[in-house]
Amino acid sequence: MALHLFYFFVFPGLLFAAVAGGFLSWFDRKITAWVQFRRGPVLLQPFYDVMKLLLVKETIVPASGSVATFLSAPVLGMSGAAISAVLVILPAFGITSGFRGDIIVIFYLLTIPSLSYIIGALASSNPLAAVGASREIKLLIGFELTLLLIFAAVILKSQMSISLYSIIAFQQESGALIGSIPGVLLFIALVFCIQAKLGLVPFDIAEAETELSEGAFIEFSGPPYAMIKVTKYMMLLVMPVLAGALLLGGLSFSGLSALWSVLKILGVVLLLTLIRNTNPRVKVGQAMRFFFLWMNALVIVAIVLIYFGL
Amino acid sequence: MGIKSFCLKKSLWLFHFGGASCNNCDIEILACLTPRYDVERFGMLLVGSPRHADVILVNGSINKKDRERLLEVYDQAARPCLVVAIGACGCTGGIFAEGHTFAGPVDRIIPVDAYIPGCPPKPEALLAGMVKLINAKFG
Repeated sequence: MALHLFYFFVFPGLLFAAVAGGFLSWFDRKITAWVQFRRGPVLLQPFYDVMKLLLVKETIVPASGSVATFLSAPVLGMSGAAISAVLVILPAFGITSGFRGDIIVIFYLLTIPSLSYIIGALASSNPLAAVGASREIKLLIGFELTLLLIFAAVILKSQMSISLYSIIAFQQESGALIGSIPGVLLFIALVFCIQAKLGLVPFDIAEAETELSEGAFIEFSGPPYAMIKVTKYMMLLVMPVLAGALLLGGLSFSGLSALWSVLKILGVVLLLTLIRNTNPRVKVGQAMRFFFLWMNALVIVAIVLIYFGL
Repeated sequence: MGIKSFCLKKSLWLFHFGGASCNNCDIEILACLTPRYDVERFGMLLVGSPRHADVILVNGSINKKDRERLLEVYDQAARPCLVVAIGACGCTGGIFAEGHTFAGPVDRIIPVDAYIPGCPPKPEALLAGMVKLINAKFG
């Protein structure tokens, strides 16, 4: 029990994922700044932001609308992100004691942060937040099927094993999945799914700063908004680690291969950042069309190739 | 200096309220975000919602319609929240001070923490004003 609490609150869970995700968020902002020939923020900037929101700013609750739901949505999102961080990072680090969850549980847990944004936005009774929430729902419908198909393809490729441990073990025996043609197709689709999941620019439809002024998060202030920020940091760590575990041959943190694993995560985040800096925002219909037609077709082609043994 | 004011000082999020402006001050404020001046290196970000704002930048002459909206935005902002009046119109009313729709200047409507005069103030002047505000408020 104590070990489980330690896993959830300290090491791969809340604290570790938030701190590591905060540094990844700094990396993202710094790369963005360099792309635009700027200097960019200081290393501890994400932590200053969160501490300021947590310690200094006041919490404003909406006058109409459900206050209890509004305030509990960020807590729900943060705990969902923390438990998915535990279930993804424990296999990635090769720790076999503690929580056990297969890839299907991880898929459902990864949906919780998006759902909590929707719940919080709809409970705030703000029209712009409602538009943001409805866009988030449509985006969720768009990319979830693709993500599920990617998981199915990975399961098929790694001889029907649905545990992340055995997927990593399979890749360490017979090479990373990205080394094959279907692996490359799956990686392309997965990167766009991560982009949509994190709400980064081609798919930042739900928080569209210019037209919805932060959309789903418009009413949050102070500590609840700090929790949303922490949730976003954690997701920025969890999704690249998941990509590393599923397709890039797993991560290992013994000796010199730790450096290689960190480079894998940084490489995925760099790719996400470059995509977000070189693309305009798409409309909801375009995003759904993109996932339903093109990304699903790509993944289905990959599944067919895997079926024929490529 | 406590950790609270240190973190606030290091991450001031800006909300931009443009009154009946001629758009010159707006453009100069946006110029502060460009690569040449880059206020993000001081942790300043332009945010879209007054709920997230730490500093409200007000520019342009405030007329009777703007007055209600400025009060609304100021009430919506999460405290602590600083207000900076930018440009001749924001500070004093400038050439609009005797107009019959004029309801400003800003400090007659909401408390103002810093004034940055100029028509329009250059981005260097805006940065200098923000530095003086930070030094005065947080030491």
